[in-house]
Amino acid sequence: MKALLRSEWIKFRTVRGWVVAMTLAAGVIVGLGLLPGQQGSCGRSGPDCVLPVGPDGERVTDRFTFVNSPLHGDGSITVRVTSLTGLLPPAADGGEPRPGPVPWAKAGIIIKDGTRQGSTYAAVMVTGGHGTRMQHDFVHDRAGRPGAATPSSPRWLRLTRTGATVTGAESADGVTWTTVDSVRLPGLPSVMRAGLFVTSPQYAEATREGFGLSGASGAPTQATATFDGVDARGFDPQWTTDSIGPPPAGGSAPVPVGGSALAGGVHTVTGSGDIAPAVAGATGIGATITQTLVGTFAGLIIVVVVATLFATAEYRRGLIRTTLAASPRRGRTLVAKAIVIGSVAFAGGLVAAAIVVTLGQPVLRANGVYVHPATTATEVRVVVGTAVLLGLAAVLAVALGALLRRGAAAVTAAVVAVVLPYLLAVSVLPVEAARWLLRVTPAAAFAVQQSTPEYPQVANLYTPALGYFPLAPWAGLAVLLAWVALALGCAMVRLRRRDV
Amino acid sequence: MIRVALSAEWTKLRTAPGTVWLLVAVVVPTIGVSAAAAAAVGCSADVCGVDPARISLTGIQLGQAAVAVLAVLMVGTEYGTGLMGVTLAAMPRRVTVLAAKAAILVAVVAPAALFAVLGCLVVGRVILPGHGIPVPLDSLSRPAAGSVLYLVAIALLGLGVAVAVRDSATAIGVVLALLYVYPIVIRVVSDPTWLRRLERIGPTAGLAIQATTGLDGLAIGPWRGLGVLAGWATAALLLGALLLHHRDA
Repeated sequence: MKALLRSEWIKFRTVRGWVVAMTLAAGVIVGLGLLPGQQGSCGRSGPDCVLPVGPDGERVTDRFTFVNSPLHGDGSITVRVTSLTGLLPPAADGGEPRPGPVPWAKAGIIIKDGTRQGSTYAAVMVTGGHGTRMQHDFVHDRAGRPGAATPSSPRWLRLTRTGATVTGAESADGVTWTTVDSVRLPGLPSVMRAGLFVTSPQYAEATREGFGLSGASGAPTQATATFDGVDARGFDPQWTTDSIGPPPAGGSAPVPVGGSALAGGVHTVTGSGDIAPAVAGATGIGATITQTLVGTFAGLIIVVVVATLFATAEYRRGLIRTTLAASPRRGRTLVAKAIVIGSVAFAGGLVAAAIVVTLGQPVLRANGVYVHPATTATEVRVVVGTAVLLGLAAVLAVALGALLRRGAAAVTAAVVAVVLPYLLAVSVLPVEAARWLLRVTPAAAFAVQQSTPEYPQVANLYTPALGYFPLAPWAGLAVLLAWVALALGCAMVRLRRRDV
Repeated sequence: MIRVALSAEWTKLRTAPGTVWLLVAVVVPTIGVSAAAAAAVGCSADVCGVDPARISLTGIQLGQAAVAVLAVLMVGTEYGTGLMGVTLAAMPRRVTVLAAKAAILVAVVAPAALFAVLGCLVVGRVILPGHGIPVPLDSLSRPAAGSVLYLVAIALLGLGVAVAVRDSATAIGVVLALLYVYPIVIRVVSDPTWLRRLERIGPTAGLAIQATTGLDGLAIGPWRGLGVLAGWATAALLLGALLLHHRDA
């Protein structure tokens, strides 16, 4: 086997065009990754785009209208929410703002460590379309009863702090109470702020203009809630109204106005924003490291062409007879070929992706683009995953080359299998069909490049076009691996059974 | 002279074992993908942004690969086997050889493309109304005629590229990069004005011919888009002819 690997390596190394092409593939990935194609306004004409940091170190969105009072030590607030309404931005073809609220508009009671953005909190709330929820520290979410708060069926909420424990409860009549969740917040100081809050996240809509890939447009929304029967236990509320965070940027109408009014024991609170982890895409800002790796597609084509030629060129020149005469165990020859070209593609991909992921982010930031920070583990996964993807694509091309023996047919089969499903998924097909396609075809492997997670409690367009894939990263790569194994198996059987 | 060349090219193409299968591949998978896309689309709202013609013609995205392979192999196999030397010895006027190849290629691809396009539109017409998407018949003539021309132009583009690079695998790699990777990679540009410019000048601008709704939102008009693709095909053929004329075979 060692001799086989060595001979295949020499066959690759001594064809100058192939070596140049493989280097070019890596160069294209780097070039497209570092190309300053994106421009942003962060730190130039606009704000500095520094997102608040949550208690667990993650970047968060923390913007809401907060009717609050200092709370010393233990205490509880009970309130009745009698309505939650809202406004959505006008439809794409203009017109008036549409009535809301958006499904993740939130109104309820919150206990928070001061009014600083990103500080620890726990909140129980009614939402526009997801029922009652208890959330804390941005990423944690627990569902209560479904249904909305309306004047005919109001919803009672209660938030109780006892030491480090905060308990949220709900009731349909103010008499029988159900605990939604009980959470421990070790970082909560003895003096904090407690009160009512309303917020309404960015609204996003898929746009599909012309024959370009589908995009997205988003705009701020607002929500208004009415609270009555506010009952504070354990403290004497001194209500002040704060707008946490700056008003949301972007979009024109409706202009989100935050504020509150108190009349006859009824608080009417209007807010816009969100209390949630920050996301990339339609409802968030900025780019992800996934977008810097778009050159993978261009590199992939070159890798596929070289790998196919590596397999089929021997047939054309008759070298395959010499090869198989020298090592009659044909399966091993094919495996040696696959290992050599797969390793070359892997190595090239590893270097290129590592350069893009480390250098691409400063380039984007220098252009004023906000780049969502990824953990080192995610970065390593994206880099190694991209390299594995290219390596597997090379092996697939070798297998198809040995199976079909025609360079053009093999290249087409490999490209149609790996790239076309992705292109169809992000351009013509409806989202459901696109997600299905990216589960079963070799294109599922691009999931390994996803760099920001999906949060069910954050409304966003989690579509493949925006870098969110239906499969988990390594599961997507496993789908490609299965296809490669199938192709390699068929190629071996064919190589053994057939004359050369 | 040209009649002899045409007859020679026709014989070569007719007797190549892969030709019939590639023509089948132009038609059957194309219609299959279109049927699947039409079956997958759903419209619950009153107004949905689905263009019936475009969904019906989704399969063209796959069919164009088979067309390109057919075109590339017409030249690539001759270079691969050394037949090109014989061809050019028998027919020293090289540009005539290329013209004959192009003519025969068009003659073979056009009927297959017609079958594929009509099949796609019939499938869409049958399936889409059941999913709440009306398919007005009178709107389909431009996408139908235009898509046939689109596939013919893709064939000529493939032929030109293949003559220029003289290797099937590399040639098909170049063509598929233009058709599949270009529209993905230009997304690296976030500025909408530049993105539209890049969409307008790429060969995939030709797909605009499929559109029947939302024409104002297109980066380029239907016929002008097809014109851009025709420009690419002409440029590839000219490049191929130039290289063929001035280079050793």
